Amino acid sequence: MKEQLLNVKMEALKQLMECVDASDIERIRVQFLGKKGELTQLLRSMGSLSEEERPQIGKLANEMRELIENEIKEFKEKVSSRACAEKLKKETLDITMPGNVPEIGRRHPLMKVKEELETLFMNMGYDVVDGPEIDTVENNFDALNAPFDHPSRDWSDTFYLADNLLLRTQTSPVQIRVMKEGKLPIRMVSAGRTFRFDDVDDTHSPMFHQMECLVIDKGVTMANLKDSIDEFVKQLFGSEMKTRFRPHNFPFTEPSAEVDVSCLKCMGKGCPSCNGTGWSMELLGCGMVHPNVLRNCGIDPEIYSGYAFGMGIDRVTMVKYGIPNIRLLFENDVRFLKQF
Amino acid sequence: MLVPIKWMSQYVDINTDEKTLADKLTLTGSHVDSIINNEREVENVITGKILEVVKHPNADKLVVTQIDINDGEPLQIITGAKNVKKGDVVPVALEGAKLPGGVRIKKTKFRGLPSYGMMCSYEELGFEDKVIPKEFRDGILILPEDTEIGKDVKEVVGLNGKTLDIEITFNRPDCLNIVGMARETAATLNTEFKFPNIEIKNETENIKDYLNGVEIENEELCSRFYAKVIKDVKIEPSPLWMQRALMDAGMRPINNIVDVTNYVMLELGQPLHAYDLEKLNGRKLIARRAKTGEKVITIDQNERELSESMLVIADEENPACIAGVMGGFNTEISESTKFMVLESANFNPKSVRETSKKIGLRSEASARNEKPMHYKMAEFASQRACQLIEMIGAGVVVGGYMEAGKSEYIPSIVTMRPYRAAELLGVEIPVEDMLKSLNSLEIKSTFDGEQISSEIPFFRADIVEEADLIEEVGRMYGFENIVSQPLQGKIKKGRKSLRREVEDEIKNIATGIGLYELTTYSFISPKSYNNICASEDSELRKYIRILNPLGEDYSSMRTTLMANMMDVIQRNSFRGVEGAKLFEVGNVFIPLQLPITEPPMEKSKLCIGLYGKYDFYDMKGVVEAILSRFGIPISLKPIKDNQTFHPGRTAGMYLNDECIGIYGEVSPEVLDNYGLNHSVYLAEIDIEKIVECKDTNWKYEPLPKYPAMTRDIAVKVKDEVLVGDMEETIKTINPYIIESVKLFDVYRGEHIENGYKSTAFSVTYRNKERTLKDKEVESIHKKILEALETKYGATLR
Repeated sequence: MKEQLLNVKMEALKQLMECVDASDIERIRVQFLGKKGELTQLLRSMGSLSEEERPQIGKLANEMRELIENEIKEFKEKVSSRACAEKLKKETLDITMPGNVPEIGRRHPLMKVKEELETLFMNMGYDVVDGPEIDTVENNFDALNAPFDHPSRDWSDTFYLADNLLLRTQTSPVQIRVMKEGKLPIRMVSAGRTFRFDDVDDTHSPMFHQMECLVIDKGVTMANLKDSIDEFVKQLFGSEMKTRFRPHNFPFTEPSAEVDVSCLKCMGKGCPSCNGTGWSMELLGCGMVHPNVLRNCGIDPEIYSGYAFGMGIDRVTMVKYGIPNIRLLFENDVRFLKQF
Repeated sequence: MLVPIKWMSQYVDINTDEKTLADKLTLTGSHVDSIINNEREVENVITGKILEVVKHPNADKLVVTQIDINDGEPLQIITGAKNVKKGDVVPVALEGAKLPGGVRIKKTKFRGLPSYGMMCSYEELGFEDKVIPKEFRDGILILPEDTEIGKDVKEVVGLNGKTLDIEITFNRPDCLNIVGMARETAATLNTEFKFPNIEIKNETENIKDYLNGVEIENEELCSRFYAKVIKDVKIEPSPLWMQRALMDAGMRPINNIVDVTNYVMLELGQPLHAYDLEKLNGRKLIARRAKTGEKVITIDQNERELSESMLVIADEENPACIAGVMGGFNTEISESTKFMVLESANFNPKSVRETSKKIGLRSEASARNEKPMHYKMAEFASQRACQLIEMIGAGVVVGGYMEAGKSEYIPSIVTMRPYRAAELLGVEIPVEDMLKSLNSLEIKSTFDGEQISSEIPFFRADIVEEADLIEEVGRMYGFENIVSQPLQGKIKKGRKSLRREVEDEIKNIATGIGLYELTTYSFISPKSYNNICASEDSELRKYIRILNPLGEDYSSMRTTLMANMMDVIQRNSFRGVEGAKLFEVGNVFIPLQLPITEPPMEKSKLCIGLYGKYDFYDMKGVVEAILSRFGIPISLKPIKDNQTFHPGRTAGMYLNDECIGIYGEVSPEVLDNYGLNHSVYLAEIDIEKIVECKDTNWKYEPLPKYPAMTRDIAVKVKDEVLVGDMEETIKTINPYIIESVKLFDVYRGEHIENGYKSTAFSVTYRNKERTLKDKEVESIHKKILEALETKYGATLR
């Protein structure tokens, strides 16, 4: 009996070794473990054994069955994983074929930069304020202390819609509007469309974009202005950027300065594109708000002071993305817009 | 402005190299754009005297010259130049000489004869055409007769030193000249400034014997007129040193008199004008407004028509000069001039600017006259010119002067409190340092223990109040030396307006669903309204006109964004872009009345444009996707009478009976106007209305616990029945149980008679409180069918 059991085991294992697919395994299971299977039948004949032999053989037989069952299970897994592997092998795709890309739209590069700048300032505590594109001569020039004979007021520099109305030439009139509201202190930025009587060429456009920043409070100093601009420049272009404050002249600030930043190409080392100076010129204009401007808005310059700065968004955009010609910004060629 | 350092250093000690000088000037406010090297790449070019000129035996256009270079045998050089003759001293580039632009001179043969070098023109020595004197433009540079032979041309012609190109700000016209920059330089470098020592050695006779008077008729246009007379005028080229100084400063030498006036203008900033005294009727000069229709021939020999807004300097009969802009041809000095009147005057800057613009003339002189000049300078400049005329022997100065207008100057006093300077600059500058800075700028300042009092010199009209003085001490201290300090105050995050939040959200959604953002001009061509077929009485045509547009095409402030959108679509289509989904958020300008007297309404609009593989329902989908994020219940009505759009394929968007937008297919006529042969879909939506009515107070609703059941229903209806109406009808049968109604098919054709369509809806039912029973659903479904039958004559398919 024992010998028979061992034979059955040997035979089962031998057959399992030879089987190829799932149906072979099923056949083997039926042949040995099925109701009429060889092992089952052997077990049924256990009744003929002696009292002493029975537990021994019984144990052995159970072991045999377990062993065969395990083997079958193992082989089954092996075979199915082999089949699976074969299936996967046949299912290879050409992963270099184009993907089904859902179309993603694009922000206009100018608007993208404008919003980035606004967000940057909002995070530094400045409110974002918008102003109208058509404004008064009063807000755009008079209140900003522009001399009455300043050439920028001429018809050949500014678009007029009526004697007292114009297309704003700068975003600064928004400062006036906010100051005249009289809610102090003020920390604001304003960005948007501005207009000047310039024919279209590679670097000029009759419509362009500016961004303006204004802070009015007690005890605001030029040292604060420098700090804000340094911080802003570092956030915009990276922490290794340096700034240079050059005295300049604007009607609405006194003292006034222009700010150069490290040349973006050589990072200040000096290269042909910065004439070897290491500075890329005139990122922004700034200064302490002129006492006349404060007075014009009903703010006492003896109590309050403030600073303002402004820059061309178009230029920042062009530098940032390496756009050589301002016309590209307003042509809206889809192939251009797609690049950003 | 070009400032040759050599010239400037006559009036200031420069104790540093050019690069440091440029950097320092830049940091005190005179922005040096570039440093021009006058040295040029010239090597081995020396002076030589032409001993002999003979015709080349084998060439008609060449001559053979023998040149003494003070080094043994004369040199044979063959040239084609026409302006050389025996005795001339010329620059000679020897064998192996280097010239600008990498030119090297070698021995060559011309038609069989050897040539051992080359005679040079100014151009060959590296000068720009615009500064080369006319007589040397097409020929060899001929040096003064007494020039030493065999000398390095670099020394003789002064090819050395550097010139600074400086950007002068609007408030500092006093720096638009060499002396002014010398003063700035002295203050910047902390060295000594020397004003030119003006002294006329010999004055003879009296001006009264020559000139009958100068008058100012219109003081608002001319505040001072100062005249001197020169006799025995001898017109010839000015000396080489003066010519070269002018050239390095960017001006072309003309003749001794013109050069002196230009030299003084560059040096002191005051433009001067010279008249031929004998050509002045009545020997008088009168500053007066031109008469309407009056004409003058200017020195460029063009006849100019004048108007009353212009100032002229006239003799007793005719205009002799357009004041501050350009002289008259008839009274111009010429070879035959013997007596000359020198004008030095202060004109109204604005008037000069407007006149020069009207006439279309802008010169170095008019550019300077466009800035306020001080009448004190008029006198200095006139004296300085006389000094130079005398010095170079161009004439004899007649004694005395004639003047009209203001001549007295009372300096104003401006005070500054040192603590205010500290408050504004954020740095404490010692009072002594402030005084030193101001005084070095020739602003005489003293401190009385409380405040600094400054006497403002005549050339600094820009300083009128305390802040101006603070700027002066600040810039001299150096903005770069002010240590940054963070702003003090409450910490908060910035905010933006609700409208901007809505706009930004619209832009986010639009780009998320594949639209490209545009930025187009706020002004458009009035023709655009025709192109988009706006009807004659359309509100769109009530636009604001720019009074001085760049051109007709940029003259109308837009009342719609659709015209710009069509332009962009046209441009892209013409450039071969097959399709695009585009949008712009921008303002339109709605006048309250025309012509406008007060600011118009600026309304924010969203415009969408689709072309290519898209149809009406794509546009509808885009619009719905965007609006759905703002929770605005829109109802649609077909729009049949908007000429921009297709009458059968256009929807009006209504919110409480108010139209807030429109979208649809563009009419064939509009497409035709833009030359497009494919469909275009446009939408324009009022953003203000979205801001007003948005409901984005999103709140959680429990997820459904009980299953839904879906039943389809397909009915046949007349073609004109609107799906939207049917959907609405279905929903209202039982809004509580009917969760959604979705159209999934519309069919026309076989098995459906003409004029009818089959529409199939999928209706989803759900009860939020329990599982629905089949029977309930059956009963509602039946009611739906009945409703569709009675309302729309539908029949079940």
